[in-house]
Amino acid sequence: MAAHRCGFLPPLFILCALSVLTVTWTQETIPLGSHRAAAADSKPTDTKSVAQTTEQLAVEQRQWEATEVEEATSAAAAVSKQDNSSPEDVVQTSTPKPKDEFQEELVVRPLHSGDIYASFQFRTLWQTDFTRERKVSHYGLFPKSLGQVISKFSVRELHISFTQGYWRTMQWGQPFLSSPPGAELWVWFQDTVTDVDGTWKELANVLSGIFCASLNFIDSTNTVQPTASFKPLGIGNVTDHRFLRYATLPREIVCTENLTPWKKLLPCGTKAGLAVLLKSEKLFHSSFYSQAVHIRPVCQDWQCKTASWELRQTLNVVFDLHNSGQGKREWSLFKMFSRTLTEACPLASTSKIYIDVTDNPEGEQFELSPATALLSQAVVLGDRRTFSVYDLTQQITFGTVRSLNVLMRWKSSEGDMLRPLLHAERYVAGYGLQTGEIHTLMYNNHPYRSFPVLLLDSVPWYLRMYIHTLTVTSKGKDNKPSYIHYQPSKDRVRPHLLEMLVQLPPNSVTEVTVEFERALLKWTEYTPDPNHGFYVGSSVISSLVPSLVALDTNSTWQRPLFSTFFPCKEESSYFVRVYTEPLLVNLPTPDFSMPYNVICLTCTVVAVGYGSLYNLLTRTFQIEEPSPGLAKRLANIIRRMRGVPPL
Amino acid sequence: MGLLSDPNRRRALINLLTRLNAPICGMPVDWLVKTMQARGLEVFTQSFSRTLPFPDENKERYMVKGTNVYGILRAPRAPRTEALVLSASCSPGDENNQAVGLLLGLAQYFRNQIYFAKDLIFLVNEHDLIGMQAWLEGYHHTNTTGMDWTPLHGRGGSIQAALSLELNSHVVTSLDLVLEGLNGQLPNLDLANLFYAFCQKLSVLCTIEGKLQRNDWDSVSGYSQAVQTMMLMVMKQASGRPWGDHGLFLRYHIEAATIKGINSFRQDKTDATTIGRLLEGMYRKLNNLLERLHQSYFFYLMPSLSNFVSIGYYMPAFGLLAVILLLRALDLWVQLVTPPPRNEERVNDIAQSCPGVLSILIPLVISHLTGVALYMLPVRFQEMAVEHFPVSETEAVVLTAIAVYTAGLALPHNTHRYSSEGTEQGWRVLKLVAVLYLAVLLGCTALINFSLGFILALTLVPVAAFVTPHVPKVLSAFALVFLSPACTLLFSVFFYQELQEMPVSFQDGWILYLSVISQGILDHYLYGSLVYPLIALLVYPCWLLFWNILFWK
Repeated sequence: MAAHRCGFLPPLFILCALSVLTVTWTQETIPLGSHRAAAADSKPTDTKSVAQTTEQLAVEQRQWEATEVEEATSAAAAVSKQDNSSPEDVVQTSTPKPKDEFQEELVVRPLHSGDIYASFQFRTLWQTDFTRERKVSHYGLFPKSLGQVISKFSVRELHISFTQGYWRTMQWGQPFLSSPPGAELWVWFQDTVTDVDGTWKELANVLSGIFCASLNFIDSTNTVQPTASFKPLGIGNVTDHRFLRYATLPREIVCTENLTPWKKLLPCGTKAGLAVLLKSEKLFHSSFYSQAVHIRPVCQDWQCKTASWELRQTLNVVFDLHNSGQGKREWSLFKMFSRTLTEACPLASTSKIYIDVTDNPEGEQFELSPATALLSQAVVLGDRRTFSVYDLTQQITFGTVRSLNVLMRWKSSEGDMLRPLLHAERYVAGYGLQTGEIHTLMYNNHPYRSFPVLLLDSVPWYLRMYIHTLTVTSKGKDNKPSYIHYQPSKDRVRPHLLEMLVQLPPNSVTEVTVEFERALLKWTEYTPDPNHGFYVGSSVISSLVPSLVALDTNSTWQRPLFSTFFPCKEESSYFVRVYTEPLLVNLPTPDFSMPYNVICLTCTVVAVGYGSLYNLLTRTFQIEEPSPGLAKRLANIIRRMRGVPPL
Repeated sequence: MGLLSDPNRRRALINLLTRLNAPICGMPVDWLVKTMQARGLEVFTQSFSRTLPFPDENKERYMVKGTNVYGILRAPRAPRTEALVLSASCSPGDENNQAVGLLLGLAQYFRNQIYFAKDLIFLVNEHDLIGMQAWLEGYHHTNTTGMDWTPLHGRGGSIQAALSLELNSHVVTSLDLVLEGLNGQLPNLDLANLFYAFCQKLSVLCTIEGKLQRNDWDSVSGYSQAVQTMMLMVMKQASGRPWGDHGLFLRYHIEAATIKGINSFRQDKTDATTIGRLLEGMYRKLNNLLERLHQSYFFYLMPSLSNFVSIGYYMPAFGLLAVILLLRALDLWVQLVTPPPRNEERVNDIAQSCPGVLSILIPLVISHLTGVALYMLPVRFQEMAVEHFPVSETEAVVLTAIAVYTAGLALPHNTHRYSSEGTEQGWRVLKLVAVLYLAVLLGCTALINFSLGFILALTLVPVAAFVTPHVPKVLSAFALVFLSPACTLLFSVFFYQELQEMPVSFQDGWILYLSVISQGILDHYLYGSLVYPLIALLVYPCWLLFWNILFWK
């Protein structure tokens, strides 16, 4: 378990590599009694609703602790625990496994603001090696289109996300998996690839076809090679950033045509299991929508003798209760997705729905129906959360009506804004079309602990950054970054890349400013809608944030004393990636109707004036004889027939 | 005989009140925050403070402290790159209370709609333009006027368009569209067209410059109405001041206008629901914009809401005026280079042909120094003036300005004290320089603010063309003073009142004139209006050059 790493403070770069894909669900599951027992006699436990008395909670606590050791080896523990920093940490099941495996789950979290966050995760594991065997031709659960991409382009890791909307950290807290607005693609190639740029370009085009997206707009002008911000999430410790490519397309609009190919990658499609809920007319009637595909190699067993490929498809969506609810504060699966669940995907080994009930221990915030006896605890984003679990592989979950429609009713009203430990915002300052200034604000709301963050900024070349004007200030004082990597842009070739390691003091706002000049483009380089503005992608802030659990200094009251003297726990810090909003910058734009007018005018002048002059100068004039009369022509025809020269 | 009958004491009391600027009933910030939050907006506040260079007696404020409250309605699935603004200023009393109410109502209504693709910012600004200036500077993180404000914490990306509301009654008879912004900037004409189209659609009476449109164009009265409307627009634009809260948006290339509800004695009333529908329509249209408003004209004059005079039509009028100066300059140039008829006095002739650089430079420098004095002294020496004369700060500033201006008229005697004897060639060279200077100055002004350039050209070009040392002194001096910038301003005040159909007596006009000067200076210091420095630093020195030529010895 991750607990083994307690007290271990590795240097930042390695820690960044720890960045867990979703989040480490370091988990100590699960039900009242053992897994099977709970399922078998869930009738009596059903009657006990989620609302428990404190004694019951204490009992449960004991039961969780008792089952912990057992759970670590049971199959249920593998649900979503992938700790991939070093092979020996990875816990896998000891039971013999099929060569490929599929798991699905849905997490529903009622958000602080009153919105509903639903996060789908589908995970396909396949014990195969695309690189060694020359040709993998027999595909089971793993989608063939992606398998071919991996083997053809020697991809080691691939992360692609399509997002519509901006994650509102101040209202919603941290997402399980963050992504910037638009499309984001980052790929680690195998070190056998010689022409990385060429392969990258080709890969982007192929993915563009697979996902029906405009990824073909990825070229050298928006691709960067980050040195520290993006580390491989799978096994292997090659960190030579020459094999990494990162690009974002902030302007990409995500819609149904991107969802359909994504759904087709699932083994059950949308016919069964959780994917039944993915109806585009509901998903795109939301406040935030994000879909992603992550492919990486993971360890198959404890010793990591064999690697297998993991395909993780995630879909995050936030529904606005205010808009759809018409004042009634309740939601259900049917209301969110206009479908209910009737079965799990038959190919899935696990299929579960988790409802976050942390804020609702006594049932005073909302009530949940049907009630479930299964509870689970997990440390998500540095916070210990409690979930109600619905296991779809158990027939009993669906009850007598043979369908599951989880319903939640609120009792209290909306809350205020949150103060997430780390959040960031960005804007363009100044006015006029000549210069400007990019301000990036990073908030550390931790009351007493400072932590370092890695800031990655990729700015297109047409904003000419004046790097000498770069300032980093926190609390009114200069804050010297301990690491700066800056790659200047080349006009029409590559963007600016700025990476910085900045220490954020506790309870502070750190402001990074850099001035820029707006370039005047060539007139063919403007987009068809130049007055809309030009996009600058989100900057990426990656950090290990001290966890909320560690922040709770008074946590000793329910724990054994020997476990709590040192503040450092397994959850003492967690990895967070925060994206700022993209920028829309206006460049000096010529009046494009003016060239049109000029062209029309010039063409007219040329055509009429010069044309007629040229005509006059070059034409040879000769006197044309008046055409002969009809009689004469007839006479000539007759004469020709007779062989006599004409008149 | 009470305390306030003595003018000095009364003034002292007013001073005290304006200095304290006690917010008798300030903006209900907490209530606004709560109300906006209840409507599902992300609410932020910004506090600001500003000490005016001298007390503003029109609005009775000196040390201004306030708070802006704004709520952002986040558009679903939008990446926070674009925003639209709806603002209403909240002032003590119920001057604009209906606007705030309508704004909150619209916020609630828009919250339940799903079609928004741009973030909507609902801004309630305190102390009208000062609050607006603070908010805009905070949003764009600039500081052009040295105001203190706290940074903003919520933004919606680049603002595409903005509307300001002014409503003080729950029913209105007509809606007036105000376009003139800071330094005579105008929003894109499409914004005016949008407003007009929706007024037509909802059959709401709409006006511009407070004048209804008439259908009888060909009749004399219809034509004169249109001319009056356009003249009003020219006068307002030339003043260079923001005529509504929208005026400051234009600096940031944000198309903005103010919609003002007017409640007259007419029978047909329009209720707030209709205004709300009108605004909803406009915001939905603006929301659908793919690009900034740029297709239509930015330079125009409007004789009525449905008609406009484009830059292509009005610029030639100015061009013809400017040509006079150029022709005059050409004439002088020719006179200077053609050798004068050969006389016996050759020595004298040579002396005449090359006038000293000094004789040109000295008037130029001195008149510009006078301009600098006109720009600097009034605000700098207000305290000293208040100490020595029984006047308030504001009066001190205005009267100092007038005094410096008048003192400048005495300059010809001073300039000649330092330069050698002026020659015939000398004044020609000086006039050549002055005429070209004026042409360039007016040309640049007209490009930025046509109305101002045109009014200045109308008054300055005739004197510039005719003035020589040989014209009758008294008559010309009178004409020069009569057409000087200060007198132009005085006439403009009367003319404007006449156009507004609110003629004033000379006494009231003079008081108005003084307050206009103080407002102009305040506009410069508060919002960065350029009219005052333009007049003081460039136009007035240029006029002084001609004054100098008249008294050339």
